[in-house]
Amino acid sequence: MTNLLEVQQATKQFGDFIALNKVSIAVPKGSIFGLLGPNGAGKTTLIRIINQITLPDSGNVFLDGSPLQSHHIRDIGYLPEERGLYKSMKVGEQALYLAQLKGLSKKEAKERLRYWFEKFEITDWWDKKIQELSKGMAQKVQFIVTVLHRPKLLIFDEPFSGFDPINATVIKDEILQLRDEGATVIFSTHRMESVEELCDHIALIHKSNKILEGKVSNIKREYKSNTFEVGLLSENKDALQSELADKFCTEPANFKAIDDQLKLKISLDKETSSNDLLRYLSDKATIVRFNEMIPSVNEIFIKTITENE
Amino acid sequence: MSNLQLIIRREFVARVRNKTFIVMTFLSPFIIVGMVGLIIWLTTLNNDEVKEIAYIDETGLFETDFKSFDNIDYVNYTNVKLEAAKDSVISNKMYGLLYIPKKESTNSLAESIQFYADESPNYSILNTIESIIASKLTNQNYKAKGIDLTTIENAKARVNIKIENFSGEKTSKLSNIVKMIFGGAAGYLLMMFIIIYGNMVMRSVIEEKTNRIIEIIISSVKPMQLMLGKILGTSFAGILQFFIWVILGGVLLSIGMFVLVGDIDQSNMQEALKVMEDTQGGIVANVTEFLIEIQTLPLLELVFFFLIYFVGGYFLYSSIYAAIGAAVDSETDSQQFMLPIILPLMLGIYVGFFAVIENPHGTVSTIFSMIPLTSPIVMLMRIPFGVPWWEILISIIILIGSIIFMVWLAGKIYRIGILMYGKKPSYKELFKWLKY
Repeated sequence: MTNLLEVQQATKQFGDFIALNKVSIAVPKGSIFGLLGPNGAGKTTLIRIINQITLPDSGNVFLDGSPLQSHHIRDIGYLPEERGLYKSMKVGEQALYLAQLKGLSKKEAKERLRYWFEKFEITDWWDKKIQELSKGMAQKVQFIVTVLHRPKLLIFDEPFSGFDPINATVIKDEILQLRDEGATVIFSTHRMESVEELCDHIALIHKSNKILEGKVSNIKREYKSNTFEVGLLSENKDALQSELADKFCTEPANFKAIDDQLKLKISLDKETSSNDLLRYLSDKATIVRFNEMIPSVNEIFIKTITENE
Repeated sequence: MSNLQLIIRREFVARVRNKTFIVMTFLSPFIIVGMVGLIIWLTTLNNDEVKEIAYIDETGLFETDFKSFDNIDYVNYTNVKLEAAKDSVISNKMYGLLYIPKKESTNSLAESIQFYADESPNYSILNTIESIIASKLTNQNYKAKGIDLTTIENAKARVNIKIENFSGEKTSKLSNIVKMIFGGAAGYLLMMFIIIYGNMVMRSVIEEKTNRIIEIIISSVKPMQLMLGKILGTSFAGILQFFIWVILGGVLLSIGMFVLVGDIDQSNMQEALKVMEDTQGGIVANVTEFLIEIQTLPLLELVFFFLIYFVGGYFLYSSIYAAIGAAVDSETDSQQFMLPIILPLMLGIYVGFFAVIENPHGTVSTIFSMIPLTSPIVMLMRIPFGVPWWEILISIIILIGSIIFMVWLAGKIYRIGILMYGKKPSYKELFKWLKY
């Protein structure tokens, strides 16, 4: 798989403050790439460099194999975190204006806007002023404007803020569909559950440095600790528990179950496989639950950040 | 359409559609003309009231001198006793009673003439009466000393210095006053335009910041493009407004002139002029002359250079306004940065009103008409007095140079400022932004 976007050793300094320190990322074509990091880590600076809003002090950015140039603006759709629209301008007029700034002809922009307005069932908003719309409604218009020129690369910064759950789902489905149609998506958010749901690649930026990057599945594999969650039915729970505690590294687990089980988290060393554990357990008790503990992105996030403090 | 064109069009439409703009553009010429008209109407209303003045002339000298004219009716009460005349004046609701007693010498007579009135009499009426009496008594004195009046009349020299420049154009003192008025008005208007339109640019920058649309826009266009588009679009709105004002003002002025001049014609202008000139220093004559002087002014040239210097001065200042707008979060925060804008503008106006009027081609006037921050106003005030073309050229070249520099400088602050939220920057910080 080739990369649509490559950032190499990007550094940006504001006065004495280093906002970005030799950060490199590679965003594969057709992926949904999660750009994660605590507030003030440098995500927005990196996004602004990709959008050519700020220029890096050093480092290179390549889009589709060629160094970033001003015409690439039209290949990128950007929904910033700090977003809004002209309050006193009409919705349709404004959408046309923003679409034309992205290089669409007026006619083309009108056609595509009609398609999207019908899709979102908002055609009667065309002549309304933004100040008459609710925040969520305005966000829909912003989303349309972001994707209207069919960019190769879509950058969403906290796209779901301001949406109610129903509309958030609508937007999420649209993002997935755009990905299926060939767009590549960079996705910056604090909401880990949506990262879990959408992203196939992530990069973690902390204190201006990139500290983690890769395919989500690979990262999870790397971060999993060979721990299993088990639920056991046994006559003598206490005896079993102490026996297991002697043999393995155990911890009490907490999950919902209908009958009285011994709930444990069991961590295995590298030499022991899950089959070995299963075989051992099946002699001692009835296994009603056996589940590999895969770390969530949230856990990985917190773990890496605290490790790097 | 290029992005710059799109931005210019949007800014222009946003300005022009604004209700305040529409009201200001179409109403203010009418308001100004209406106010002038109201003042003129009110004064004529006052004058239409005919004032009856009774006089008792015990000397018998003034039999033919008090001629009823315009709004003053002189009534001869000479045969009535003073006390009875007073009562009659009061009961007839006349304006006043002039009492000229009989005295030995003209000098003691001059001291003892009295005017009785209910309210303190109008200054101009008193003036009129005084000048009638004074000229009569002077003549009387001449006669007493055996001097022939016609000799004096013939000996009087009337001086009216004709002013002419070396290329043969004739001017007059009055024309200098007219030039002063027009130059001053143009300079003042220019300052108002710069402040009004500069403020519009600033507000539009702040609006984009507070609406949080700025980042969406500059992910499509360069900040410099956005700033220039904003300044240009707003300037077109200003030029449009100026043209509407010139056209409306021109139409209203010619209607006004027609009405005013026509009015004077009807009321037997010749006689009116003569009497007025004798008595009130020829104000009406001056009004007509004044109108003629306006017509000889290089009005087209003035309008042309107004546009040039408006665009130039506006560009210079509005780029500063744009930078300020980018640096702050709200209009109230912008106050602390207003000094560098208001100060040179005020300086230009003051230099214009003091130095230029005193000496339009003096060192102070010339220097300030070259300094780019004051040149639009000061040069515009000098233009009606005739400025050599090369001086105008130099000042415009300096202006253009400073515009380029200022736009570049403002662009740097703008670029950083528009993405900064929640901080109230200091001058020191703005200076730091220049280096980012």
